[in-house]
Amino acid sequence: MASIFKMNVLNNIESIRKEFPILNTTVNGNKLIYLDNAATSQTPNCVIDSISNYYKNLNSNIHRGVHTLSQLATEKYEDTRKKFKTHFNAKSSSEIIFTAGTTHSINLVSSGFNEFLSKEDEIIVSQLEHHSNIVPWQMLCEKTGAKMKVIPMNNNGELDLIAFSNLLSNKTKIVFVNHVSNALGTVNNIKEIIDKSHSVGAAVLIDGAQAVPHFRVDVTELDVDFYVCSAHKFCGPTGVGILYGKKEWLDKLPAYQGGGEMIDEVTFEKTTYSDLPNKFEAGTPNIAGVIASGIALDYINEIGLENIKEYEDYLLQYATDKLLEIDGLKIFGESINKTSVISFNIKDIHPYDIGSVIDNLGIAVRTGHHCAQPIMDFFKIPGTIRVSFCFYNTTDEIDTLVNALKKASTMLS
Amino acid sequence: MKIKDIQDQIVEEFDIFDSWMDKYEYLIELGKSVPVIDDSNKIEENIIKGCQSKVWLHAEKNNGLIEFYADSDAIITKGIVSLLIRTFSNQKPEDIINASLDFIDKIGLRQHLSPNRANGLNNMIKKIKFYAIAFSKTN
Repeated sequence: MASIFKMNVLNNIESIRKEFPILNTTVNGNKLIYLDNAATSQTPNCVIDSISNYYKNLNSNIHRGVHTLSQLATEKYEDTRKKFKTHFNAKSSSEIIFTAGTTHSINLVSSGFNEFLSKEDEIIVSQLEHHSNIVPWQMLCEKTGAKMKVIPMNNNGELDLIAFSNLLSNKTKIVFVNHVSNALGTVNNIKEIIDKSHSVGAAVLIDGAQAVPHFRVDVTELDVDFYVCSAHKFCGPTGVGILYGKKEWLDKLPAYQGGGEMIDEVTFEKTTYSDLPNKFEAGTPNIAGVIASGIALDYINEIGLENIKEYEDYLLQYATDKLLEIDGLKIFGESINKTSVISFNIKDIHPYDIGSVIDNLGIAVRTGHHCAQPIMDFFKIPGTIRVSFCFYNTTDEIDTLVNALKKASTMLS
Repeated sequence: MKIKDIQDQIVEEFDIFDSWMDKYEYLIELGKSVPVIDDSNKIEENIIKGCQSKVWLHAEKNNGLIEFYADSDAIITKGIVSLLIRTFSNQKPEDIINASLDFIDKIGLRQHLSPNRANGLNNMIKKIKFYAIAFSKTN
């Protein structure tokens, strides 16, 4: 029996799709089939309108002007912070910092840890990470002399948590793992990782970029120290990131960038910094983008994350079954706990070749190493084709994809 | 044959095809038939940066003319590379340095290459010209 959650999306799929103008675009003479949602999700009218409305009616600088526009813009901006506080169940709005994206958020935290690490310390990363959750920490290790350890994964693309326990010690200072792998879609058991890390006194940063669009995240229940994500993954605009940090950690971390807005008093002798969250929001932020991100959050909550998850699970199952009918197709990442991401190759055909051919048929997929080269090294492949679904995708689109892949495979074999 | 004439010939060959699929099929055929680079030349320094697939390019000078050898792990890329090799192989270094490449635009290849992929293409052309400059200084 079809679940009511799935049916909620399925019964409204046409009206949902109408909200996304780009879905009517043609590419190379074919109707666009957009299956690269793990890279960037598309933008609904309400978000586009919000950006336009901001510049038409509200544009001014926040937190400083006494004039009405500035106050209205500040109100909207701070209301958005409250929305994210409520959505993530943070204890206070000041624990929500707006950044330029997940990468920016990670850099903000990793650069702050510069002060807390020495060469005896260790930090732990997982083999499933996006480069953005590896490179900033490697740079930190270079500066501090701390050592980086790696949680290995198994053939299904799942992290080995027994190996993780063995890596932990009182030398471990911070553990950083993604909630969901961008390359494979694996949902990691972060609660266990967080609890185990805390048992040795280590802090935990979770990269939630691929989780927040698909299911609800409760930072208080998780007891996570830092949780980061990007608005463009959940139908918001590009250039906006959300960093949740526990107050005690954000108080401890040094300011990341100096500038206006983040100061309390400035003299040439000494500057004192303002309180959270402004301490981490130097300069004029992406006001229009932040407000529009809040509208995107409202939008996905209006559809309902439970509805979204069930419908996307249905698409995932449908696509997995159909794709496996293609001769020589191999899926990488076969955890039973996955978001709607499928990474695969066909025979020994280079993923780039398949991507090029199906692009000419109007189908947008990602090809390559997905900024996660260690995963590709593990499977000893140059890359994969990755399809990633959003709640506006349909089974008809998956059928068209499968036919296009069959055609490409014949051409390239 | 001169570089310009070879380019005109390539443009003529591609003119026969109406659809993009046919052009791709032809590129794939070319990719399959390109002489493969010797494994000893598939080394790190011969890899062209900026390509989504791996591309190796090696050159030798014989009797004053440069011969290019290349390979790629992606067949469409290999097809594109084969066209470049056909254009520039067995030419004098100075002719390669002074050549302007127009067949890519004329056969509509560039508009079908995303900036990522076009970057790789630009780097291939740059590397070909670098070889020519280097060989122009040797006897």
